Amino acid sequence: MENAISCRGLRKTYDGKVEAVRGLDLAIQAGECFGLLGPNGAGKTTTIEILEGLLTPTAGEVEILGMTWQAHEQELREWLGISLQETRLSEKLTVRETLQLFASFYHQPNSVPAILEELSLGEKADALVGKLSGGQKQRLAVATALVGNPKILFLDEPTTGLDPQSRRQLWDIIRQFQQRRGTVLLTTHYMDEAERLCDRLAIIDHGQIIAAGTPSELIARLSGHHVVEFALSDAVNDDGVWSRLPGVQAVRNEDGHFSLQVEEPHETIPALLSVVQQKGARLVHLTTRQASLEDVFVQLTGRHLREE
Amino acid sequence: MAYLETPPTPAVAASKTVTNGRWAGYRHLLGARMKELWREPEVIFWVFVFPLLLALGLGIAFRNKPADITTIAVVANSHAQQVIDLLQRSPAKTAIHADVLDANVAFDRFRLGKYALVVTADDSGLHYRYDPARPESVLARTQVDDALQTASGRNDPLKTVATQSSQPGARYIDFLVPGLLGMNLMNSGMWGIGFAIVEMRQRKLLKRFVASPMRRTDFLLAMGSSRLVLMLIEVVLLLGFGVLVFHMRIAGSLLAILLIGALGAVSFGGIGLLTASRAQKIETVSGLINLVMMPMWIFSGVFFSYERFPQIVQPAIKALPLTALNDALRAIILQGETLSSQAGRIIILAVWGGLSFVLALRWFRWT
Repeated sequence: MENAISCRGLRKTYDGKVEAVRGLDLAIQAGECFGLLGPNGAGKTTTIEILEGLLTPTAGEVEILGMTWQAHEQELREWLGISLQETRLSEKLTVRETLQLFASFYHQPNSVPAILEELSLGEKADALVGKLSGGQKQRLAVATALVGNPKILFLDEPTTGLDPQSRRQLWDIIRQFQQRRGTVLLTTHYMDEAERLCDRLAIIDHGQIIAAGTPSELIARLSGHHVVEFALSDAVNDDGVWSRLPGVQAVRNEDGHFSLQVEEPHETIPALLSVVQQKGARLVHLTTRQASLEDVFVQLTGRHLREE
Repeated sequence: MAYLETPPTPAVAASKTVTNGRWAGYRHLLGARMKELWREPEVIFWVFVFPLLLALGLGIAFRNKPADITTIAVVANSHAQQVIDLLQRSPAKTAIHADVLDANVAFDRFRLGKYALVVTADDSGLHYRYDPARPESVLARTQVDDALQTASGRNDPLKTVATQSSQPGARYIDFLVPGLLGMNLMNSGMWGIGFAIVEMRQRKLLKRFVASPMRRTDFLLAMGSSRLVLMLIEVVLLLGFGVLVFHMRIAGSLLAILLIGALGAVSFGGIGLLTASRAQKIETVSGLINLVMMPMWIFSGVFFSYERFPQIVQPAIKALPLTALNDALRAIILQGETLSSQAGRIIILAVWGGLSFVLALRWFRWT
């Protein structure tokens, strides 16, 4: 199938020194929901803004729907729906007026009442934007992108700072758009969002893609699909004993909270318990879980996605 | 054709789409701008109410009193009543008000400015205490002396006749209202365009707009048009106020006034756009706007005539856009001049506005 979005060798250097994007290739298919996952400052926003035609890359090529920004800006603008990170829409307009304004920029927009209903903003249609909650504002931002009747939706951190319910509402909206064969490109630093929403994703760090694939592929590539986490009552002499437990692929110790990446928890846990007993320590915490994208990121970079 | 190669459009729900004409974006931008302004109480106050309050306050403070009354003190002694009697008999008795007071009280209040003159009468004659640095004091001395001499039977060798002239058109309020109008057009152009645009840039709203197919020219056109609509209200309010409250007479044609007003509004809109072309923060642009406007508040003859400044700086003052606007407004409103007689001032305004606009477009940052 034809690529909806593709770029090759994308680079962006600010002021001749700061390299925000350092050679990035992407091929996003029509109808797909693609996620750019990475910590703050990884170059996600720079990348998506280059693809949106708002920034000029220092090097590299971008094609959207088979067209380039240099040659077809006006057509492309008609077909893309864009929600930027942190746009503060005019507070003195109502929700309906804001959507009518954005709709008026497009040649053939969606009807405003239909969008209001679809994004559950009907009740707030005549409320001033300044009076909306964070979740409602974010839904309105996405609504201004959808009102143009786009083929591709670009969302830069659409759910950052939202409560869980508002996030789920937005996920539903994005899925509905995708079901109507829309293509979605979103950036996020939330693991669960990427895992549940994206068909494929690219993990970005320091302006480069360090891994790409479907969420399950990425997790499958981890050595050890399970994670055993535990904490001990007292600090014990750690002489590398944990990595010698059966089935353990990797060990992480964060201030006494251990996590072991293991193949088979039922082989590792009995051995773990006997080592704890030998050392005369006591467990204060023990859980096992499936490995997540967070573990993928940590394994690849040694850091967490959301490090303060 | 690129249109045909793209995947089918995903439509919302029941695929209700609308088709927009060429000017839909412009109309909505202008409508949105007017609603925003209307819903901002500060804008209503500064643009519409404040100039009226200023006109009212200054108009009252500097109003022409029906007949200026000179207030003098007569030192209380045995001759005081004689002075009062003479004043009562003089033809100027309505223009002079005299209080009889003890010497120290009279001199105290003279020093504080309550009395323009202190008259002391004794056997040797009259003694005037006046201050040559105070115009009203000098005037009072001449006036009172004249009144007393005439009442005492002086005969003037020369016959004179005086006619009074104080018509609308020559009063301070007549000078002030066109100046306030010019200043208001400058203020609201600079803030309404300059500040508003930087605020939108800071909110990333400009960036969001250019991420849509909005035509950038439509946006600038809508900002300019919103200024014209406000200009219309500003002119009608301020001139209407002058006519109703201060009985101003408008000598020129209303159309000419509106055309000059429109040129002023658009020119200062262009200068506002230039100050806003790159600033990222509203604090930066506020400073810039004040920096640009300050010299014009002082030099461009808003509150007093710029003729008071030295001859050598007059050409520079006349080259300022607000000077050109104020002079043209005064010429049309007060003297009934035609537009064509104001060609020079119109050119000055147009050059300022046009040049600023061209430079602003070259430097303008949407993001």
